Amino acid sequence: MRYIPNTSEAEKKILKKLGLESFSELISNIPEKFLKDFKIDLPEKLSENEVTTLLMEIAAKNKNTADNLSFLGGGSYDHFIPSVVNFLISRSEIYTAYTPYQPEVSQGTLQQIYEFQSMICELFGMEVSNASMYDGATAIAEAAIMALGKVRKANKIVVSPLIKPEYLDVLEAYLDKHDAEIEFLPENNGITDFSNLEEKLQDAAGLIVQSPNFLGNIEELTGVKDKFSKSKALFIVSSDPIGNAILKTPGELDADIGVAEGQALGIPQAYGGPYLGLFTATEKLIRKMPGRIVGKTEDIEGKDAYALILQTREQHIRREKATSNICTNQGLMATAATIYMSLMGKEGIKKVATLCLNNAHELAGKITALNDFEMAYSNRPFFKEFVIKTPVSARAIVEEGKKQKIFPGLDLGKYKDEWKNHLLIAVTEKRSQVDLDKLVNFLSGFSK
Amino acid sequence: MNVPQDLKYTKNHEWVKVDGDIATLGITDHAQSELGDIVFVELPEEGDEFDAGDAIGTIEAVKTVADMNTPVSGEVTQVNEDLEDSSELMNKDPYGDGWIAKLKMSDDSELDDLLSAEEYKETIG
Repeated sequence: MRYIPNTSEAEKKILKKLGLESFSELISNIPEKFLKDFKIDLPEKLSENEVTTLLMEIAAKNKNTADNLSFLGGGSYDHFIPSVVNFLISRSEIYTAYTPYQPEVSQGTLQQIYEFQSMICELFGMEVSNASMYDGATAIAEAAIMALGKVRKANKIVVSPLIKPEYLDVLEAYLDKHDAEIEFLPENNGITDFSNLEEKLQDAAGLIVQSPNFLGNIEELTGVKDKFSKSKALFIVSSDPIGNAILKTPGELDADIGVAEGQALGIPQAYGGPYLGLFTATEKLIRKMPGRIVGKTEDIEGKDAYALILQTREQHIRREKATSNICTNQGLMATAATIYMSLMGKEGIKKVATLCLNNAHELAGKITALNDFEMAYSNRPFFKEFVIKTPVSARAIVEEGKKQKIFPGLDLGKYKDEWKNHLLIAVTEKRSQVDLDKLVNFLSGFSK
Repeated sequence: MNVPQDLKYTKNHEWVKVDGDIATLGITDHAQSELGDIVFVELPEEGDEFDAGDAIGTIEAVKTVADMNTPVSGEVTQVNEDLEDSSELMNKDPYGDGWIAKLKMSDDSELDDLLSAEEYKETIG
């Protein structure tokens, strides 16, 4: 956005035209109490060179995973991104292209989204995917709203207590304007307790679970859908797209809606994003799906042609009936994910997942061999992330790690007091044996 | 326009056929001709309960989309599943194979508010 200040001459001219004496007269309708304490405390002006130096100094305060050894997870993961991804998405025809208002003109953009949807469907084992959403959190919230729109007279969403806490915040914010409440299932030692589901879901629009859950544990989801077959509630599963390659997919778990954070698919970790929401469903639900969907058809010459489909009804001619007002998608990030998935292929993503699984289990074994460190949920299967019970507070370990350029994991104490000695450790395919040993050596300093 | 004598109508161009406490619902010949080619129908599910005036489904035609409202309250006992693959039945045979759903009525006094064939004919001129 440009900032074009007025010269004092221009200001005088404007005021004269308006028939006013002074600038303060122009803003006289603002109550004085708001103006009294209003001061803009600006530093002295700087030259471009000085500003550049200053901003570089501030930017250098940012910590990143290139200069630090990271075991941070909890929804955002340090996976390897082949340099081809950034090279391709930095091309100006992709990087600068905003969604066209006459989308069918941009056949290339639509074809790319179509390929994205096809790959995501395969990765999730689901029938349909949309063109993407903002991030994993909004994908869950939109899934909840979609369920409320689908299931008549239901005004309750039942949620596992172990979805990512930030996702829950977003879900609550989205549901604030809906006549719907959130009800939690109980926890059972690191996983969700799915007993008495039939009764709990009687008047519910949906059940939301995340697996692997926030604590890294794989939820026991096989057969869960059958436990509430008499209810019309939709089964909403939030998964890890890399994990989908070797774990049961949302499709295999009979999910009605499968969602995920897509950052793991070729998108760098960054506070505030941009990330990528993945959203899939059964074909039966396609007309209730939020966002845009690209379909493939033929033009009058019989050639392949791509078009936005199933979007007109609610977004244009029946806005009052729409369950979502999302009319866009996370285009550039979806492109990055498409390139990542194309490069990796089916086998490549499986290899990434297997490396994560093996690394995580090897590290867990090494850490628990240390004195005073143990698994917080020892009998629970996990994928690439696990919780370690630490002899001192997880916070103290994280703080000490910063000094040694190690991010040992996520301090769960900031979410719950009872978790203050819980450290959530994520391990990706990027971590070498040397990296694992470095963390183990670092942690051994905290054994009593 | 075909307006069978034995049915009841609404001014929104829906018809109701009453058999005991079961009401069969559909849209009129006039409605299908105004909508044009019907390409998709979103049906309610068996067991769904509706109040009179609720939308029980959505009719998607080439040029527009319209709600199908029920003029009577009750529980859906059957839906016309043939419409899922052959929505054109509503164009071809609106009073027969193009029926939409059957409801078990909870208040048959609501039928008194409906139009006779003669009254409906007047509304469509």
